[in-house]
Amino acid sequence: MLALLDDAGAGTDLGLDEALDLVAVVDDGLVHGFARVDDERATALAALAGAFAGSPLHARIAEAVDKIAVGSIADDHLLALAAARIAVFGAVHDALLARADAALNRARAPWQGAPGPAASAANLLAGGRSWLRELAITGWRGVDHDLVTASSQVIEAMLADPELRRLAVLLDGLAAELRAASPIATLERVPVRRWADLWSRALLLAQDGGRAQRAADAETVSGRLLLLGADVHEHGTAFQLQVHGVLETGASGPRLVRTSVTVAKVDTIVGPAIWRLLQGHPVLMTALAERHSLDLTEMPLLASGDLVWRDAQAKAGEPADPFATARVLLAGALAPAVPPLERHPARIAEPVFVEGESAVPIDTTRLPACGPLTAQLVANASACIGLLRWDAGRWTVQPIAVQARVKKKTVAVHTTDWALGPTDAKAAKAAGDAVEVLRERTGRLLRK
Amino acid sequence: MSAYAVTLATIPLSVLSYGCFRTTRVDLDLDFERRSTAPLLAPVQPRKLAKVPFVELADGRLQGVVSSGSDIARVYVSSIGAGSHGLSCSTNNNRPCGGLHGSWPCKHLQALLDEAVLQYGAERVARYLRIEVEEGESLVQGLHGQHEPAPAATVFSSFLRHLAYLELPGSTDPIPELHWFPAGGAR
Repeated sequence: MLALLDDAGAGTDLGLDEALDLVAVVDDGLVHGFARVDDERATALAALAGAFAGSPLHARIAEAVDKIAVGSIADDHLLALAAARIAVFGAVHDALLARADAALNRARAPWQGAPGPAASAANLLAGGRSWLRELAITGWRGVDHDLVTASSQVIEAMLADPELRRLAVLLDGLAAELRAASPIATLERVPVRRWADLWSRALLLAQDGGRAQRAADAETVSGRLLLLGADVHEHGTAFQLQVHGVLETGASGPRLVRTSVTVAKVDTIVGPAIWRLLQGHPVLMTALAERHSLDLTEMPLLASGDLVWRDAQAKAGEPADPFATARVLLAGALAPAVPPLERHPARIAEPVFVEGESAVPIDTTRLPACGPLTAQLVANASACIGLLRWDAGRWTVQPIAVQARVKKKTVAVHTTDWALGPTDAKAAKAAGDAVEVLRERTGRLLRK
Repeated sequence: MSAYAVTLATIPLSVLSYGCFRTTRVDLDLDFERRSTAPLLAPVQPRKLAKVPFVELADGRLQGVVSSGSDIARVYVSSIGAGSHGLSCSTNNNRPCGGLHGSWPCKHLQALLDEAVLQYGAERVARYLRIEVEEGESLVQGLHGQHEPAPAATVFSSFLRHLAYLELPGSTDPIPELHWFPAGGAR
């Protein structure tokens, strides 16, 4: 089925390249800074505004482009540029996801969510916007240690506020990259699209926190959750395990769902040591490590298809092989809608089952260091559960579990096999005691 | 042309192996500028933290915290300046380290440098500190600085901020922004 994705090569028939070229002017402006806009860039900005003719955003983008061209830069103007960028990437996301759904013959629920409340910490949001404005005016090429350090206090305060966690985690990740790359004037290659993505998402979240739906306002579901596997996200100070599975409630057909567990960490807690930080969810971790299903009772399910995990509302079910789930249930499961403001190609992570020859390249760059799944195992695999992804014009499959031949036997290996700690003695030794050492130091030095 | 042939023709592959699966590592350097997940930071390498719980390349210094070998409640705050190689070592209560005289680093500074090399790799540490050594020489041989006391308080508070991350509560609300930060680093 995935072969359908590549029928048109890089997907030029969708007009993706033209759409992405349109927003390149914003990305390019962020490299050099909006303090200086030459004629060429002013023309490109005007073209961006022109492309929005007839859209509700047009008036705001046109005004922003005019003002920025003459060197007058207000927060609203920058927000209009970020919004233009987000709208274009949203449209690209929709075209790509529709293509993936068609190739996979996957049905998708319509969006029925309502936004949650706005974050209340107005001063912190303003502090975040102020730093993002400085970045946009200065441009990445002008960023130095002082400008990065200017964000430290506001990020630290945001991290303590659960309503601002998404923004804080994003800004902390961006600041760490800028710090490591400083002085950026002499950096060989600037990750132009990446930093523009992070900047525009941060500016959006810095308006009101993002207004994500809250668990308290979500429907609750009871039934059986069959796990497929997990994706792992990580930067120096954050770790997110995003578990994919199929939910059977009896009331409707099987649904694709996800559930996420996020912890704060430090850069020296890496590899298998990370699982120590996830021990607050023993029912989920045991199900991942021992491969059994979970029986859920009144678990909140957001309109985005995200279960908001409450370990006490789940209990261990029967043994369940994720490969059996992938073979039998994945094709007919209903996929969730994507929240309007989360529509971006980087968020596409569609569970797929691949057996034999794969029409889409199996990419091993996203195999996490915390689990036993290696590039070698993937190379020897006969089947895999993966996530379909798109970046820089290409589709790839990111494996999260494989069936492979090891010593003449077929074994299944998952990214989460070590969710209760490494089962391999060598890995267990390497995982060490980083978390315990730092907790001991914290107890002795921080709480004084 | 089959879809498979198109894939091979249009996607530059660095083919790792021809097992049952055709696996690739997407060349992340290619299209670096237009990749949402362009990798910028190599993950730090795991190391034992008991002796040197904290190391950072920041504020124009290699700086960190070294646990005292004799007193469990005492730590040394040690730093080496980039370029100048100015050496500083004192306790968190600002008592100077007895082992640091003149231009030879005390055992705390040596431990700091060794652990920084484990964490970041010798090349990145040498580049940041501007240390020039012959191949095969240890970085400590390339230091040319003098004793140059630096404020311990800033480094120590940076360490406390670092530890404070482990006090933050976890969450089960999804953070979609983390899709931009894929974990990697498998063997």
